[in-house]
Amino acid sequence: MSRGILLYAEVTRTGYIHTVFFELARKACELSEKLDNAPIMAVLFSKPGVINDYKEGFTNSGIDKVFVFEDEGLEQYSTDLYSNLITDLVKEIDPEIILIGATNQGRDLAPRISATLGTGLTADCVELDINEKGMLAATRPTFGGQLMATILCKTRPQMATVRPKVFKPADEINYKNTDFIYKALNLGNIKNRVKLKEFTKVLNDTLNELDSAEIIVAGGKGLKSSEGFKMLEELAKLLGGAVGATRGAVDLGYAPHSIQIGQTGKTVTPKVYIACAISGAVQHTVGITGSEYIFSINNDPNAPIFNVSDMGLVGDVFDIIPKLIEILKEAK
Amino acid sequence: MKIALCIKQVPDTTDIKWTENNTMQREGVESIINPCDLYAIEQALNLKKYNGAEIVVFTMGPLQAENMLREVLALGADRAVLLTDKKFAGADTYATAKTLSSAIKKILPDFDMILCGQYAIDGDTAQTGPCIAGLLGIAQVTYVKEIVDNTDTTATIIRELDDGTEKIEVELPSVLCVLNSDFEPSRALINGIISAQDAQVQKIGLEDLDLTAEDVGIKGSPTYVSRAFRPEVKHGNEKLENIDADKGAEILIKKMKEIGVLNE
Repeated sequence: MSRGILLYAEVTRTGYIHTVFFELARKACELSEKLDNAPIMAVLFSKPGVINDYKEGFTNSGIDKVFVFEDEGLEQYSTDLYSNLITDLVKEIDPEIILIGATNQGRDLAPRISATLGTGLTADCVELDINEKGMLAATRPTFGGQLMATILCKTRPQMATVRPKVFKPADEINYKNTDFIYKALNLGNIKNRVKLKEFTKVLNDTLNELDSAEIIVAGGKGLKSSEGFKMLEELAKLLGGAVGATRGAVDLGYAPHSIQIGQTGKTVTPKVYIACAISGAVQHTVGITGSEYIFSINNDPNAPIFNVSDMGLVGDVFDIIPKLIEILKEAK
Repeated sequence: MKIALCIKQVPDTTDIKWTENNTMQREGVESIINPCDLYAIEQALNLKKYNGAEIVVFTMGPLQAENMLREVLALGADRAVLLTDKKFAGADTYATAKTLSSAIKKILPDFDMILCGQYAIDGDTAQTGPCIAGLLGIAQVTYVKEIVDNTDTTATIIRELDDGTEKIEVELPSVLCVLNSDFEPSRALINGIISAQDAQVQKIGLEDLDLTAEDVGIKGSPTYVSRAFRPEVKHGNEKLENIDADKGAEILIKKMKEIGVLNE
């Protein structure tokens, strides 16, 4: 009997279990089957009194056991507190595998835990499997997404992070009679060296809807300025979609980092992706190939973006997009 | 304020070429300072400029990385340390963090801050910084946008996250992983053309550290690559040339209606 798979159940700032947890849960169920039905466990940090709101999420996702750390001091994510508690838990339950969502929190937490435990961690995996030796085979893009590498780990636990939306959550309820184990804790014993003073939410809503948008209009360096992105915002608004950007455009200050798509930004999976003046460097396209339909508009007929598009239009975005905006406005 | 600045030389990933049998063509690929590290350098230089600081820059890599260190010395770093040894080769993030943290303890034991880039564009794991913090048992701050203020024992920092920005206060010493900044990094690098020809780069190898061959490089790495391959591309690839405004808008609208994301 394997020692099990531990998942980090991230609670978002708004108090929900992050969707990436359900994506990991489904994958963990697949991995568990290949590991003699190894138990699937989760670790949850929360303020007191709200655990019942979360329970269904676990019982419906095939989770055998949830380790709950409940304290007023755990409402906000804290590297010191969370990593110390998880490290101690891991020493106690000795899991074979630990999976963590590659969110801001996860990317802060996972390497900290792996270093403290002295074990290996593979970041931003796009595929997880169990190999013939029963080891976690974690595949991730590297060199800006131009090469995929399958990575194995000599030490235990084997740790991996996965970006949101890389895996799909289960379509059906996978009911388990989940065991909730409340862990005793004394936060006074752990030094919390980072204090949150202030949080300012991203204001522009269009910019933060990349995760749920059916249509994404994205721009690259070819948009030439932040004015070019204003044009995309207008289009996105008319289409009920969101705006994305390449790293090149973000580095030049045309668009904020929060809307960056690709290897060093978000992975997106809209129904329609419209790439405007994007050359198509692989570090960008690796974040968009899960889109159902990709349009690209570029006046360079040799732009690599055309190789990953369903429909490529060789033309000028500064002609086509304003025309499209005009037609959509008239139709309203 | 004593700052250990960790930077990395990376291949320019926008410039990678592939051979016919899908192996990377390493010759002729330009090496650059990892872009996030430019921001870390900028933050360190700003701390020095406004508050006074001693900056020791560290990198692990081949001998040719010395040129990059000279560039950072020219910008205003006080000392440079190149961790170079054949035994360091093939290190994963854990072994890299172990080697770097061991060197920092040796060379600058009374550091106040370790500054590094949030991620490197070649591996993009974003792990080395937090691993160093974990190994040294000190506080860490990731996604750093700005170091607003600091005393001898604390720093006030703005973090840029997906859902907004956080202002936090961290106890020193700590590891700060810099994502970006409002400063334009190229500005400093242009000034850096004044080369630091006389500056000394200290080279250290395994025998200078309190580590064994089992701790470093491929031997000290818990993870290893079992297979590497090029990703497949699955999209349709229809390309229409000479598209003007009317035609382009028409095609987009027609197709979006077909897909069902635009109402008839």
